[in-house]
Amino acid sequence: MSKKNWPLWEVFIRSKQGLNHKHVGSLHATNAEMAIENARDVYTRRKEGVSIWVVESVHISASNPDASDELFEPATDKVYRHPTFYDLPDEVKHM
Amino acid sequence: MTDAKQLSLEDNFQAKVDAEIKIEPKDWMPEKYRKTLIRQISQHAHSEIVGMLPEGNWITRAPSLRRKLGLLAKVQDEAGHGLYLYSACETLGIERDTLLDQLHTGKAKYSSIFNYPTTTWADIGAIGWLVDGAAIMNQVPICRCSYGPYARAMVRVCKEESFHQRQGFEILLTLSKGTDEQRAMLQDAVNRWWWPSVMMFGPSDKDSPNTAQSMKWKIKRFTNDDLRQKFVDVCVGQAEILGVTLPDPDLKYNEETGHWDFGTINWDEFWQVVKGNGPCNRQRLNARKKAHEEGAWVREAAMAYAEKQEQCEVASVAKVA
Ligand SMILES: [Fe+2]
Ligand SMILES: [Fe+2]
Repeated sequence: MSKKNWPLWEVFIRSKQGLNHKHVGSLHATNAEMAIENARDVYTRRKEGVSIWVVESVHISASNPDASDELFEPATDKVYRHPTFYDLPDEVKHM
Repeated sequence: MTDAKQLSLEDNFQAKVDAEIKIEPKDWMPEKYRKTLIRQISQHAHSEIVGMLPEGNWITRAPSLRRKLGLLAKVQDEAGHGLYLYSACETLGIERDTLLDQLHTGKAKYSSIFNYPTTTWADIGAIGWLVDGAAIMNQVPICRCSYGPYARAMVRVCKEESFHQRQGFEILLTLSKGTDEQRAMLQDAVNRWWWPSVMMFGPSDKDSPNTAQSMKWKIKRFTNDDLRQKFVDVCVGQAEILGVTLPDPDLKYNEETGHWDFGTINWDEFWQVVKGNGPCNRQRLNARKKAHEEGAWVREAAMAYAEKQEQCEVASVAKVA
């Protein structure tokens, strides 16, 4: 046996129709089909989901937490992107 | 890395923890924090898995279909808890087979409570009430643990635990309204499970040198003795409802502290069981090893099948192209 561990999969569950899939954890499985079946047993024993996504963990690329400051810096000084930046008199309703 | 750089990383880390900002897998963390978490989470995962054995013993002999369904669902939940926790632990950079090896070689521990036998049906009730009860007491504060994946796994676990405790209590409540023999069986189970459950919170604070660091890192929120006291306080009233006596002649309400004082814990017994000399240590570990070894061919066959399927897909795609 070359691989001792089955590949690791990340599991995403849509808890109800209309909501987005959310990461809930991970599990090991030999292929996508088994990953979905195992995810059903591990993460939805009490109807926690109506849909499951699985993706092999090795396929996920993540931003580097140590570089978060630089990465998100462009958004930090753009107060004009928020509604409260604009001064309007109180008489203007519903805006 | 220079000492100054290391120091500022550690300060940064502690500042985040102090501000209740969760630590996530790829964030910088002190090596000792990582090691402590791997030890604690894996020990917790192993406990969930080994914990299925004493209760599994009664699934085929549950007294009714209702009881069998409840017990089966509970034991299946414990398997789920083990899996949530193993995957939380793996985010710290340790592989699943290494974790299992550590359990099978005895390098990693699991909760000593599971080294006691389940000799009667009342034991299943007592486990739900006392063992899951103590586990809940321990686990609720871990939902706020500084390490994100562990905290999130615990939220999931805690949501499921309350059914475990209630099904156990209901079993005992039914026995308490039964025949003299059934009531005696109930009392006998409580007599045997009470002290081991009180011990589940671990050594007393004066003998837990690592508590201070774990509290500072917000892995732990309360000391062992604090949690133990809460547990005893809660159980006294529940025992009354069941009409059972907790096997401790020194149990007495303390007007001054507002808590129940209790007798001295037999720490000799505690350490004996931790060291492997409890009534079922060998049996439990052998059962785990046997299951793992006898399942090896299934794991290998499933992997081989998946690899072959993949090759077939590649070949058929090549043909079409
Ligand atoms: Fe559990
Ligand atoms: Fe439980």
